[in-house]
Amino acid sequence: MIKSVLVINTQGKPRLTKFYDILTVEKQQELLRSVFRRADNVSNFVEAESIFGPDSRLVYKHYATLYFVIVFDSSENELAMLDLIQVFVETLDKCFRNVSELDMVFNYSKLHNILDGIIFGGQVMETSSAEIIRAVEEISKLEAASNSISLVPKTVSGWRSR
Amino acid sequence: MEQLKTIGRELAMGSQGGFGQSKEFLDLVKSIGEARSKAEEDRIVLREIESLKRRIVEPGIPKRKMKEYIIRLVYVEMLGHDASFGYIHAVKMTHDDNLVLKRTGYLAVTLFLNEDHDLIILIVNTIQKDLKSDNYLIVCAALNAVCKLINEETIPAVLPQVVELLGHSKEAVRKKAIMALHRFYHKSPSSVSHLLSNFRKKLCDSDPGVMGATLCPLFDLITNDANSYKDLVVSFVSILKQVAEHRLPKAYDYHQLPAPFIQIRLLKILALLGSGDKQASEHMYTVVGDIFRKCDSSSNIGNAVLYECICCVSSIHLNPKLLEAAADVIARFLKSDSHNLKYMGIDALGRLIKLSPEIAEQHQLAVIDCLEDPDDTLKRKTFELLYKMTKSSNVEVIVDRMIDYMISINDNHYKTEIASRCVELAEQFAPSNHWFIQTMNKVFEHAGDLVNIKVAHNLMRLIAEGFGEDDDTADSQLRSSAVESYLHIIGEPKLPSVFLQVICWVLGEYGTADGKFSASYITGKLCDVAESYSSDETVKGYAVTALMKIYAFEIAAGRKLDILPECQSLIEELSASHSTDLQQRAYELQAVIGLDVRAIGSIMPSDASCEDIEVDKSLSFLNGYVEKSLEKGAQPYIPENERFGMVNISNFRNQDQLEVTSHGLRFEAYELPKPSVQSRTPPISVASSTELVPVPEPSYYRETPQTAPVPSSSDTGPSGLKLRLDGVQKKWGRPTYSSSSASTSNSSSLKVVNGATQVDGVSSGNSKTHETSYDSRRPQVEISEEKQKLAASLFGGSSKTERRSSTGHKVAKASSHASEKLHTSKSTTIYSTDNAVEKPNLVQPPPDLLDLGEPIVASSAPSVDPFRQLEGLLDSAQDPGTFGGTKAPDFMALYAETPAGGRSAGVAPPLSLNRDGDNLIPGLSNASSNTVHGGTTVTNPSQISKGPNVKEALEKDALVRQMGVTPSGQNPNLFKDLFG
Repeated sequence: MIKSVLVINTQGKPRLTKFYDILTVEKQQELLRSVFRRADNVSNFVEAESIFGPDSRLVYKHYATLYFVIVFDSSENELAMLDLIQVFVETLDKCFRNVSELDMVFNYSKLHNILDGIIFGGQVMETSSAEIIRAVEEISKLEAASNSISLVPKTVSGWRSR
Repeated sequence: MEQLKTIGRELAMGSQGGFGQSKEFLDLVKSIGEARSKAEEDRIVLREIESLKRRIVEPGIPKRKMKEYIIRLVYVEMLGHDASFGYIHAVKMTHDDNLVLKRTGYLAVTLFLNEDHDLIILIVNTIQKDLKSDNYLIVCAALNAVCKLINEETIPAVLPQVVELLGHSKEAVRKKAIMALHRFYHKSPSSVSHLLSNFRKKLCDSDPGVMGATLCPLFDLITNDANSYKDLVVSFVSILKQVAEHRLPKAYDYHQLPAPFIQIRLLKILALLGSGDKQASEHMYTVVGDIFRKCDSSSNIGNAVLYECICCVSSIHLNPKLLEAAADVIARFLKSDSHNLKYMGIDALGRLIKLSPEIAEQHQLAVIDCLEDPDDTLKRKTFELLYKMTKSSNVEVIVDRMIDYMISINDNHYKTEIASRCVELAEQFAPSNHWFIQTMNKVFEHAGDLVNIKVAHNLMRLIAEGFGEDDDTADSQLRSSAVESYLHIIGEPKLPSVFLQVICWVLGEYGTADGKFSASYITGKLCDVAESYSSDETVKGYAVTALMKIYAFEIAAGRKLDILPECQSLIEELSASHSTDLQQRAYELQAVIGLDVRAIGSIMPSDASCEDIEVDKSLSFLNGYVEKSLEKGAQPYIPENERFGMVNISNFRNQDQLEVTSHGLRFEAYELPKPSVQSRTPPISVASSTELVPVPEPSYYRETPQTAPVPSSSDTGPSGLKLRLDGVQKKWGRPTYSSSSASTSNSSSLKVVNGATQVDGVSSGNSKTHETSYDSRRPQVEISEEKQKLAASLFGGSSKTERRSSTGHKVAKASSHASEKLHTSKSTTIYSTDNAVEKPNLVQPPPDLLDLGEPIVASSAPSVDPFRQLEGLLDSAQDPGTFGGTKAPDFMALYAETPAGGRSAGVAPPLSLNRDGDNLIPGLSNASSNTVHGGTTVTNPSQISKGPNVKEALEKDALVRQMGVTPSGQNPNLFKDLFG
C-alpha cells in the first residue's frame, strides 16, 4: 500500500503532506536529505527502509520547483508509482491550467480533493485524470451550490475566466 | 502589450482577494516563503499560532472565517508545529450542515488526528450520520475519514453502514466503501472476517472501477491464504484478458494502455495464485504471453506492466517460452539509458536468477556497469543481485566489492545490512580459513559497532572450533593466522569495541599456542589495548582475562613467569577500579598468578574453550564442604520458598550482626539478602565450576584457603569473562553447532550441485578456451581488462564464451554510447537554455507537454544515428500526443502530416504547434516581460515554446501582486510552471 504522499519544494518547504499509515513526521528531514542529495540523471527510486521502517520504498519526481514523493511498500510497483505521480501532476495541470507551486499553496483543499480522488486509504483508486477532474469539479459545483456564502472561485484560472 | 492589458484589467478588478483567502493568509504564506532561515520561519509560525489561538476562541466568528482559520491551522501543522489547540474546532466543523465546511472539517481532522486520538469519539457519531446522508459527497467525505480515523474499537460502530454502502448507486461510493472495508481488514482482520465474501461478489460489479478497487483487498487476502482463492484463477485470467484486449471503456486507458494499474494488480494476484501450482499456472500462460507481446515498451507505464509480467513469470510454474520473453525484456531494461529501467532490470534479474542462472551471464557487463554507477540506489540493488547469485566460486570478488562499498558509505542502516550480508556470505562460502579471517577483520574494522554481537561470538567460536573438519593442523593454522592478523591490526587507532573483544579473546586463547610469539609480547599488546581503550570497560575486562589465560598457560607449560611492569601497573590500577567486574578480574588474575601448575591445570585447562559444559545443578561438589560446616554447627540451608515464615526474625538477626561491622544508620531492613545471593550465584558458579573444576575437589579449597570463605565469588571469578562467552554459547550454542555443521554441509552440497549443473564444472573445464577467447578478443574489444576480469570472476566461466563475448561487447558499446549520449545531451540542453531565444529550433521536444519518458533519452537520441534520430523525434512527438490529453487530436494530425509534407527534419511541427497564433507574441516578448517584472520570471527555454505559460504566469503574478504578495528574489520560481 501507499504509505504517504509528500510534495516538497526545492527549498525544503513542505507543500503537501499526507500519511495513510501512521508515521512520525520527524522523519521528513531525513527523507528530504535523501532526495536532495541525489544527482540529476539517476533513478527516481530511493530505498527508504532506514527512514520508514522495513519494506518501504520511495519514488520521487522533480517538477520545476517541486519534488513529488510517494512512499510505499512492496505490494506496489516502482514504475507504476512513478506514473501515479505523473497522473497527479497531470490532473493538477488540467485543473489549474499550467499548475505552479503557487496554485498548490493557495488551493489547499482542492489539492486534497484531487489527491483523495486518486489515492484512497493507501490504495490507488483512480488513474484517469479526466475522471478525477470530473469528480473534483462536481464537488466544487455542489459545494458552491450548497454554500450560502458566496465564495470566490477557487482557481486562478476560474477567476480569470469570469 | 498583451501583458500590459491583462495586468491593467486585473488591476482594475480592484481589491477583491483571489483564491478565496484573506490577505492575512497570503501574507503568512509570503513571509514564510521569504524567510531566510529556519529560525525566522519558526518565529513567523509561532506568531501565527499565537494569533490563531487568540482569535479562534472569539465568539461569533463567521463560518467562512472559521474555515480559513482551520486551513491556516493545517498549514501551520504541515510546517511541523503543534496546532493541537485547534483540533476541537476542526471536529466541530465536521458537525456543520454546510457541505463546504463539513468537507473542510473532515479534511482537517483526517490530517490532524490519528486513530487513537481522544477526539475521535466525538467524530464517530457524525460519521455514522453522514454515512447515511443523501448527498453522496458527504458520504464520500465521511468514508475518507473512516479510513483514517476509525480504529479497531470503533469499527463495529460504522461497519453496518459501510457494508450497506457497497450497494450504493454511485460507483464512487461503492469504490470507497470497498476500500474502507479493506482498511478495516488491515486494522483488524477478525472484525470483518464474516464479510470477506463481499469482496468476491464485488469483483463482478458492473463498474470496472469498482472491480479494480476490489482487487486491492483480494490481493491482501490472497497474500495471506492463496489456497482458498484458487477457484478465482479463471476469473482473474479472463478479466486480465479482457483488459489487455481493450474491452474496457476508453476512459480507463492511460497513455494508450488499457487500465495499466488494474493489469498490474491482476498480474500480482496471478503471481501469488500460480506460485507452485502447475495447474493454475497453465491457465495464465497465454494471457501473460499476450501481454508480453502487446505491451508498449516505450512508455513508463508499459514497462511497469512488463516488469510485473516478469515478476509473475518468475513466481508461477516455469514456462520456458515465457522465461525467454522475460529475459528479452530484462535485456531491454538493462540496455536502456534510463536508470529507472536499469534498476527494474536488475531487480527482475534477481528474480529470474533462481530459475535460470544463465540469464545473468548474458548481462554480466551491464550488471558491472550498474555496480559502478554513481547512483546509490542502483548500486544497492545490484549488490542485492550479487548477494543472490553468490556461490563459492565468486564469493571472494563479491564480498570484496561489498566491503569496499561498505567502507565508502556513511549510512549506518545500510552499512549494518551490508556488513551482515558480508558475514553471512563469508560464513557460507568461505574458500579458505585465511580469507575468512581477513574478511571478518575488514568487516569488523569498518563496521564493528554496527555488527550484531552474535557475529563476534560466532567468529570466536569458529576460531575455537575450526571449520568442523577433524583436521587439527588446519585448525591450528587458522588460529595462528588469526593471531597473526590480529597482532598486525591491533596497533591501529580507534578499533570498534566488538572487534577488540574478539581480538583480546583470541589472543588470550591462542596467542602463545603455536609458540611463535612470546608471552611477554602478547601481554604487552594486551596491556596496550587496555590502556588505550581505557574508557571501554568491556574491552578492558576481555584484556585482563586474556592476560590471565596467557599467564595460566605459561605456568601450565612450566615456563617462568615474566610479568611486564605495565601489566603489573595495569593490574594494580584495575584492582582499585570503580567497576566491580574489573576489580574482581584483577584480583582473580593476581590469585591465579600465585597458583602452582596442578591447580592451574584444573582451573585453566589449555584449549578447552569449546569443551562442553555440564551443569551440576545440585551443586554436588559442595557437599563435602557443606557437611563439614554443618558438623561445625552451621545452620542448614532452607530453600527460599520455605523461608518466608521466618524472614523477619532471621533478617533482624542478620541485621544486628551486620550493623556491628557496617557504619551508618539503618532503620529499614534490607530486602532478603539470601535469595538474591542464591539466585545470582548458582548459575554462574555452576556453569563455571564444571568447566574449571571438572571433578568436585575439596582439595581445591584447601589449596586456596584465602578464597574459601567466599567460594562462590572466587569460583566465578577467574572464568568471569569466559563465562560470558560460554553463557552465550550455551544459549545458542547447541543449535548453532548443529546449524553450523548444517551450513557447511550445505555449502559443500551446493558445490556439488553447482558442479553438476555445469556452471562450476564448465568454468574449470573451459578455462583454456576461455583464455583463448580472451586473446582473440583483445585486439578489437575495448572493454577494460579489469571489467572483464571482474565479470569472469563474478559470473564464472560460461559455456558459451563466444556468444557471451559478443553480447558483452554490445553492452559495453551501448554503455559507452550511453555515457557519450549523456554527455552530448547535457551539452545540448545547456546550449538550448543559453540560446533558446535565438535558436528555438534546437529545442526539440516541446518541453511543456507532458513528457513521461525521460527527457534525456528523448533529446539524446540524435547522437546515435540519423534513423534513430528520426525515431526519437517521432517518439517524442508521439509522447506528448498521447499524454497531452486535450491537445492530442490536432497534434496527431500534425504528426500525420509530417510524412506527407515531406519535411526534412520533423522538428518543425511540434514547435509550430506550440507557437500558433497569438501565443507567438508572448513568446517573443518574453524578454520585455522580464524587464517589466524586474527579473521575477526566470529565463527559461520552455517559455519560448510554451505559449500560454508566460501569460498565465504573468496573470498569476499580477494577481498576487495586487493582493500585496510580491514574490521576491527569495523564491522566484514560485510561478514556474511545474511542467516547464
